[in-house]
Amino acid sequence: MSVSLRTLNDVVRPPTTAASALATQEYFVNMGPQHPIAHGSLRLVLRLDGETVKEVIPVPGFVHRGIEKMCEHLGPRQIVHLTDRMDYLSALMNNWALAMTVERAAGIAVNERIETIRTLMAELQRLQSHVLWWGVLGMDLGAFTPFLYGFREREVIGEIFEETIGARLTMNYIQPGGLMYDIHPGFARKVKDVARYIRPIIDEYDTLLSGNVILQERLRNIGILSPEKAVALGCTGPVVRASGVPYDLRKVEPYGVYGKAEFDVVVGTVGDCWDRYCVRMEEMRQSLRIIEQLIDNIPEGPHMVVKYGARIRIPEGIHYGQVETARGVFGVTIVSDGKGEAPYRMHFRSPSFNNLWAVTALAPGWRIADLIAIQSSLDLVIPDIDR
Amino acid sequence: MMNLATITSPMDHPYTTTTVSDRAADALCGNLLLSVLYMVIGLVAVAGLVAGLGVVLIYVERKVAGHMQARLGPMRVGPHGIFQTVADTLKLMLKEDIIPAKADKPMHLVAPMLAMAATILMLAVIPYSNNLQIVDLNIGVLYVTAVSGLGVMGILLGGWSSYNKWSLIGAMRAAAQIISYEVSATLALLAVVLFAGTLSLAGIVESQAAGWWIWRAPVVGVVAFLIYITASTAEINRTPFDIPEGESELTAGFHTEYSGLRFSFFFLAEFINMFVVSALAATLFLGGWMPLRIGQFEPFNSIMGLVPPSIWFLAKASLVTFAIMWFRWTFPRLRVDQLMRLEWKILLPIGFVNLALAAVAALFGLYFFSGP
Amino acid sequence: MALAPGSSKRDKVNRPAVSVPVEALAALAPKLRDDPALRFDLLLDHTAIDWIADGRFELIYHLYSTVHGHHLTLTTSVSRENPVVPTVGAVWPIAHWQEREAFDLMGVLYDGHADLRRLFLEDDWEGHPLRKDYKDDSMLGLPK
Repeated sequence: MSVSLRTLNDVVRPPTTAASALATQEYFVNMGPQHPIAHGSLRLVLRLDGETVKEVIPVPGFVHRGIEKMCEHLGPRQIVHLTDRMDYLSALMNNWALAMTVERAAGIAVNERIETIRTLMAELQRLQSHVLWWGVLGMDLGAFTPFLYGFREREVIGEIFEETIGARLTMNYIQPGGLMYDIHPGFARKVKDVARYIRPIIDEYDTLLSGNVILQERLRNIGILSPEKAVALGCTGPVVRASGVPYDLRKVEPYGVYGKAEFDVVVGTVGDCWDRYCVRMEEMRQSLRIIEQLIDNIPEGPHMVVKYGARIRIPEGIHYGQVETARGVFGVTIVSDGKGEAPYRMHFRSPSFNNLWAVTALAPGWRIADLIAIQSSLDLVIPDIDR
Repeated sequence: MMNLATITSPMDHPYTTTTVSDRAADALCGNLLLSVLYMVIGLVAVAGLVAGLGVVLIYVERKVAGHMQARLGPMRVGPHGIFQTVADTLKLMLKEDIIPAKADKPMHLVAPMLAMAATILMLAVIPYSNNLQIVDLNIGVLYVTAVSGLGVMGILLGGWSSYNKWSLIGAMRAAAQIISYEVSATLALLAVVLFAGTLSLAGIVESQAAGWWIWRAPVVGVVAFLIYITASTAEINRTPFDIPEGESELTAGFHTEYSGLRFSFFFLAEFINMFVVSALAATLFLGGWMPLRIGQFEPFNSIMGLVPPSIWFLAKASLVTFAIMWFRWTFPRLRVDQLMRLEWKILLPIGFVNLALAAVAALFGLYFFSGP
Repeated sequence: MALAPGSSKRDKVNRPAVSVPVEALAALAPKLRDDPALRFDLLLDHTAIDWIADGRFELIYHLYSTVHGHHLTLTTSVSRENPVVPTVGAVWPIAHWQEREAFDLMGVLYDGHADLRRLFLEDDWEGHPLRKDYKDDSMLGLPK
C-alpha cells in the first residue's frame, strides 16, 4: 500500500549539478501563466541545463471554472452554453457532442436538414480553427505577419457565423433536438463565396510559411512522436494522425452526414512537428471539400424537432458520446440518475487535456525554442485543459 | 586634412568634401570661438540626428509593418499618425523608472547608456553628403567595427544586471550571436577596403566615383554586400536573428526589466543601429552620397549628378532600411544553434573565400574602370 | 465474456460495459491492452462518480482499440471511506494525469502512483470539490 501525496515544492527540488566536464548547474524557470507565447494561462515549470530542456512540468488550473460541478444543476440546454467555453475554437463541435449524447440517450431523432447544417457548421469551424492555429504557429516561431493574415480569414468565416448564429465566439447553436435558429436564405451563397475566397489563400499560406527554409528547419525532425507512444499518451486528432495512426472519428464512427461526404483522412509518416503542421494544412483543404459537397444539398425540414421548453429526460445510466473537433476527440460522459433534467455527474473528455501531456514526453532533450515549436504544433487551447 | 592622393581611383568627380571637424580644426588656428561653435554644431547635429531618426524610423516601421499585415498602422495621432512616436516618447519619458529590488543597480543604470553610446559614436563618422559629415577618421572602418562592440556590452550588462533568468538567457544569446557575426561583417567590409585602398569612409565614397563597388567589383562585390547585410541583421538583433529578444520565448529578453526612459534608450538604439548599418552598407557598397556614375561617361554622369548627393545617400540608406524591415515581417526566427551554424559553417567560409578572391581582383586590377 | 473473477456486466451504459472488483484491476489492465483479440490501447477517458447514497465511488475507464475499432467501458467501485485504487499508469501512461485529476477533484487515492499531487487546485486546498458533500464559503446557493 503505497499512496504518497506530494506537492509542487517536492517536484521543484533544489537544482542538482549536471554531470559534465564544465561545472554547470541546472535551474528552474517559470514559463508562467502570463507569457506572450502561452496560448492562454498555462504555467510550465521548466528544468533547464543552459538552453536544453531537461524536464517540463505543466501546472494547469488557472482557468479551472468548475464546469463539471456547475452542470450538476443545469438542464441540457443550459449545459450547451458551457460547452462553448471549453474549447472555444471548436465551440460548435463541442455543442454537437453534448447534443448528440443527449439525443441518443433520450431517444430524440433529428432530421437530415439538421444533421447537414450541423456538419457544415462543424467543418466551417474546423477551417476557422486551423487558420487561427496557422497564424499563431507563425507568431510563436517569430513570423508576426501570419498571425494577422490568419485573423483576417477568421473574420471572414466569423461573419457567416454572426449572420446565422448571432455570435462570433461562444456559439451555443447546436442544441439537443436541433439548432437554435434556422439558416437564412442567403446562407448557401455566402458560404460558397467564402469557400471560393479561402481556397487560394491556403495556397498563399503555403507560399508564405510552408516553403520557408527557416520554418522547415524549426519544425522538421523536432519532437518526433511514435504511433505507439501517441496512442499510449492518449493523443487524438491531428497529433495522433501525424504520427501515422488513421484515427478520425468522422471516418471511423461517422456521425452527422460525414458518411455521405467524400474526403480523405490525412495521415503523416514521421510524427514530427512538420508532419503535424502538414496534416492540419491538408485538413483545411479537406474541410473545404466537405463544405463544397454539402452546401448545395441541404434538405428541407424544421430546424428543431423538440418543442422549446419541453423537458428532455435522460434515462438512468452512463451515456458517452464523442465528436472529432479540430483538436481531437471531445467526449461527453453523462451519468444520469433518472430524476430531473440535471445530470448526476457530467464529465468532459477534452482533447487538449489529453494532448498536453505529450509535451512532457517530447520536449526533454530539446532546446527552449524547440519546446515552443512542439507546444505550438500540439495546438492546445487552455480553457479546454482546465474546464 | 587627410591626403586624398592615396585613393586608387584616378577618376575625378566634381564634389569637394569637407567635414565639420575639418572646419573646426581650420578655425582653431585663428578664431577659437568659431572652432568651438563648429564643435557644438557637430554635437548638436548628432543629438538631433538621434532624435530625428528615432521619430521617423519608428513611425516608418510601424506603418510598413501595418501595411504588410493587411492593416493600417497608427492613424490617430496627427494625420495618418505621424505624431505617434512623439506621443510614445513623451509617454516613455514620463513613466516610472522601475529597477528590480535585487538588480545590480549601477550596471542596470549604465547598460542602456552603453547601447546608446555605441550608436552615437557610429553616427558621427558616416558621410551623409560631400559636406555633411561630422568627423572623418582615417581609420574609419576599423573604428566602426571596434565601436559596435560597445553595443554588446550594453546588452550583456542589461541582461545580467536584471536579476531575471529570462533576461540572462537573452543576454547570453546576444553575446554569442553578436560576437560571432561581427567576424563575417568585418570580412565583408574588408573586401571593399581592399579595392578602395583606404579605411576612411569619406575616402571609400570618393573611390566609387567611377562606379559603386557592388557592381564595379565583379561578383565579389555582390557577395560581400549580401554577407554584410545578413551579418548586420544579426548584429542588430533583427528577425530572423532576434532571439535575444525573442518575444515569443523570452517575453522581452534582455530588456524585460527596463521601463520608461531607459527602455526607450534600448528601443531607440535598435532602430538607429538599423539606420547605421544601412548607412554603412550604402557607403561601402552603394556609393554613399556619390551619384550613379559609369566610368567617364559624362552625359550619363551629369544627368545623375542633377540630384543632390544628400538625396542619393538618403535614398540608398532608406532602401536598405526598408529591406531590413521587410525581413522582420516575413521570416520566422532561427534557433540559436542554427544561427551559430549559419555563421561559423556557412557565412565565414564564404567570407574568407570572397576576401581572397577580392584580394586577387584588387591586385591585378580585375575590376571595372580600374586605375592605371 | 469473463474477464476476471467477480466481473459482471454493467447495465445501463450505451457501450459494452463491464464492472470488475477493484482487486482485479491491476492484473486485468495489461491483459486488456495486450490480448490480441482485445488490444485496448487507447484510454480515452477516466473519471469517478460519487454515489454518496451508496457510500461508494464508481470509477469509469473508457477504452478504445485503434486496432480493432471496438469500445469498452470498464467500471469498478471503492468505498468512500477508503477510496484506494491501483494505478493503471504503467499500462496507459495518460492515466497518470487523468488519475491526478480524479484525485484532485474527487479524492480518489491511487496506489502506486509516482506523483500523486493536485492538478488544478493549489496544493494546500482543502477538500475535493466534485464530491456531493463538498461545501465552501464561495459556493452560492444552488437553484432548485
